[in-house]
Amino acid sequence: MVALSDYLTVGAILFGLSMAGIFVNRKNVIILLMCIELMLLAVNINFIAFSYYLSDTAGQIFVFFILTVAAAEAAIGLAILVVLFRNRGTINVDELGTLKG
Amino acid sequence: MENLEAITLAIVLAPLFGSVIAGLFGGKIGRSGAHSVTILGVGIAFVLSLTLFLQALSGDIGSINQSIYTWMISDGIRFEIGFLIDRLSTMMMVVVTFVSLMVHIYTVGYMADDEHNWPDDSLAGKNSYQRFFSYISLFTFSMLMLVMSNNFLQLFFGWEAVGLVSYLLIGFWATRESAVYANLKAFLVNRVGDFGFILGIGAVLMYFNTLDYQAVFNTVEMHQDVTVSIWGDSEWSLITVICILLFIGAMGKSAQVPLHVWLPDSMEGPTPISALIHAATMVTAGIFMVARMSPLYELSETALSMILIIGAITAFFMGLLGLVQNDIKRVVAYSTLSQLGYMTVALGASAYAAGMFHLMTHAFFKALLFLGAGSVIIAMHHDQDMRNMGGLRKYMPITWITTLIGSLALIGAPFFSGFYSKDSIIEAVGHSQLPGSDIAYIAVLLGVFVTALYSFRMYFLVFHGKARMDEHTREHLHETPRVVTWPLILLAIPSVFAGALFVDSMAFGDFFREAIVVAPAHDTLGALAGDFHGWFTFGLHGFVTAPFWLAAAGVATAYLLYMKFTHVPTMLKEKFGWLYAILDRKYGFDDFYEWFFAGGSRGIGNALWRFGDVKLIDGLMINGSALAVGWFASVMRYVQSGYLYHYAFAMILGLLALFGLFVI
Amino acid sequence: MAFEQIVFYAFSAVLVFSAGVVITVRNPVHAALFLVLCFFSTAGLWLLLRAEFLAIALVLVYVGAVMVLFLFVVMMLDINIAVVRQGFARYLAVGGVVAILLIAVMAMVVGGDYFGLERTPVPEPIGEVSNTRLLGLQLYTDYVYPFEIASVILLVAIIAAIALTLRRRPDSRYQEPGRQVEVRRGDRVRLVSMKSEERR
Repeated sequence: MVALSDYLTVGAILFGLSMAGIFVNRKNVIILLMCIELMLLAVNINFIAFSYYLSDTAGQIFVFFILTVAAAEAAIGLAILVVLFRNRGTINVDELGTLKG
Repeated sequence: MENLEAITLAIVLAPLFGSVIAGLFGGKIGRSGAHSVTILGVGIAFVLSLTLFLQALSGDIGSINQSIYTWMISDGIRFEIGFLIDRLSTMMMVVVTFVSLMVHIYTVGYMADDEHNWPDDSLAGKNSYQRFFSYISLFTFSMLMLVMSNNFLQLFFGWEAVGLVSYLLIGFWATRESAVYANLKAFLVNRVGDFGFILGIGAVLMYFNTLDYQAVFNTVEMHQDVTVSIWGDSEWSLITVICILLFIGAMGKSAQVPLHVWLPDSMEGPTPISALIHAATMVTAGIFMVARMSPLYELSETALSMILIIGAITAFFMGLLGLVQNDIKRVVAYSTLSQLGYMTVALGASAYAAGMFHLMTHAFFKALLFLGAGSVIIAMHHDQDMRNMGGLRKYMPITWITTLIGSLALIGAPFFSGFYSKDSIIEAVGHSQLPGSDIAYIAVLLGVFVTALYSFRMYFLVFHGKARMDEHTREHLHETPRVVTWPLILLAIPSVFAGALFVDSMAFGDFFREAIVVAPAHDTLGALAGDFHGWFTFGLHGFVTAPFWLAAAGVATAYLLYMKFTHVPTMLKEKFGWLYAILDRKYGFDDFYEWFFAGGSRGIGNALWRFGDVKLIDGLMINGSALAVGWFASVMRYVQSGYLYHYAFAMILGLLALFGLFVI
Repeated sequence: MAFEQIVFYAFSAVLVFSAGVVITVRNPVHAALFLVLCFFSTAGLWLLLRAEFLAIALVLVYVGAVMVLFLFVVMMLDINIAVVRQGFARYLAVGGVVAILLIAVMAMVVGGDYFGLERTPVPEPIGEVSNTRLLGLQLYTDYVYPFEIASVILLVAIIAAIALTLRRRPDSRYQEPGRQVEVRRGDRVRLVSMKSEERR
């Protein structure tokens, strides 16, 4: 039988990987966005695992909303990215320092 | 008497009233108004005090202990104004008001041309005459509050109030630098004593839970075996601790070694003040307090022994200093110190009655001596150096006679007042069994010789020999006005007779009744009373005792040194230069205090300023915090990189730490 | 080993592998495609957890919409990969260490001690209950307001995305249907009366 801890471990590994991804791809905004999606996915796995093992649908409701918000976030994030690229000609995070004092 | 409360209130309030009128409305009522109203106030107080005293003597009123007003009741402790009228306090009241009255009258003459003592444009010099009267009346009020008090709080009030007035009066000529330093010194030294005093009162309040004398005295037996630990594990008897702390206050106020240094300097004040405060009344507050607390002191032999020794040291060594002074007032000041030492010795030997007796006689003849000195100073146009005087006998006969009387009383010539009181003290000390009483006995005996020597040194230098003043002064030499001489005469009368009149009842009788408690083991005066057969016999007997011959030797020495062989003192001075230097420097007390306390506190202040303020507060705390913020910010700006992934990384590290904490 | 476990480990392995590829691969297009694989395997895991509706939604919404959007953007933008991968190796070391630490610690926290089968046993299957129906019942009753808000969020996101990216190029050509509709015969046709010419 698969235990709850197995799912949670998978979620943890996924979270750790996505976090590492944020570090190693710190200059590429697109990969960063993808890593954030992965993080949300890890969280969602946890939610659903808990929901199943605790027999409570609230976790799935949460995942539903998270998916919604994540989709909105991805859409806006990419839109911003496009505008950014259009204006600056790059998506290198290091070069996006206009607001830095 | 049914209107006793009104009388006691009137005694206290009449001088206060005079003081307020003269002080606040001095400009309006003018000079004569000011001295009239204050003399009237003190006069009322004197007459009423005398009435009470006579009634107490005749037994019409016993001991009256009543509270007039309650300030507050806090945690079961009552803070009250109350009066304890018994023979002890009535005697003090009479002495205080009488001397005060004399001084008031005398001041009219002494301060008549006070405006010469001030710079022309001085604002403080305006109405200084009225202000002076206001102060001395205020002093009378404070002293009356002190002696009439029936609780420690009011005692402390009076104690501090006389200290304040003393401060004001020593520095009365506020434009003189030396006066300002002197009053500062007096105030600070008194503060040291007062600190002990208030600690003592605090200890009383802590253990007895009341401030009322009678309540404390009634329960004192219960606290006889109580011990307190002050440092570490050492156990101290509570009574001893309280007694010593209270006596420290008395040491400050009554100028006992080592807190005596303020008194000679207080001569910077006008002479009436020296007579009133620094001879007759205020400095006796400590003596009075110890006598009043006799039920406490009787239970602590340690405290009595300490008092005895300190008094003996003061009596002898301060007298020696009088030998080398050239300022006429300073000589009298050192004699005051010495006589206060005698009183303290009497207290230590449990001869409270003799101490109070000496206090009374001393008040008369010392006030007389001071006022006589003041009279001389007036005649000399405010020159106080005895080396410039001499032969004044011819010019001012009344001053001469009265001063001679005062000096004779001071040295204890038989039948004069000082003789009775001082001899009782010396005899009592001789009978005392306390540790240190042998040394004290020798000290007071030798003190008699010293007293005679410096008193008559002053007397001969001032009134006899050839006149050494300059021509201008000599032309103007004449007897001082009547307002000055009358008090001298009035004071000379009790200086002669007060001793013979009261020696029977006060020193050896049961004059003070229950006001003074003496344990049977310490009852030195009681032991002497058996040998006492009336004042006349006592006086006759005085001629064959050691003190008389010592005093006579002192007078003779003074005559030889300062009348016959006038070159000898100079020669001695050169030969025993080191001794003279020690005496001239007053045993180095002033230098030591100057170096240790003043220099020390200056040093500490300097160090605190340099290190604490400049380095620690300014440098470290203020600039330091700014620098730290700046440094921290300069470091933290690397953290504030503006890169999101740095922040995220920090968050992850924090998360990691929290997880680690959880796992571990 | 039960079949369920085999399925779980298979999907998990694919998920972890493809996630690893997502963060390390050079080409963003490949990363996006492996992310799709991640979503697929996650959907498989969710099916194991009886979350059918969400598994399908994940595939439809993420794979079908979001990832396509990603791919569009990646392909649309001309990214200089050499520049954005500067310092990759250096960061990989640090990031890897931190990630391994984090994973280790988190694994200890969520490990068998707290969430093992003894503490949280597998629930009994509850007959033929539709997950979608259950979710729907909850969504439209207890969570109806959050649901409405979510829809508003989506609407806002749509408008925002359009508003952000919409622009008028001055040199682009476009039609104006209104004017086209409003046009009259006279605007387009000019009748010219002329003499008939002679036949040559």
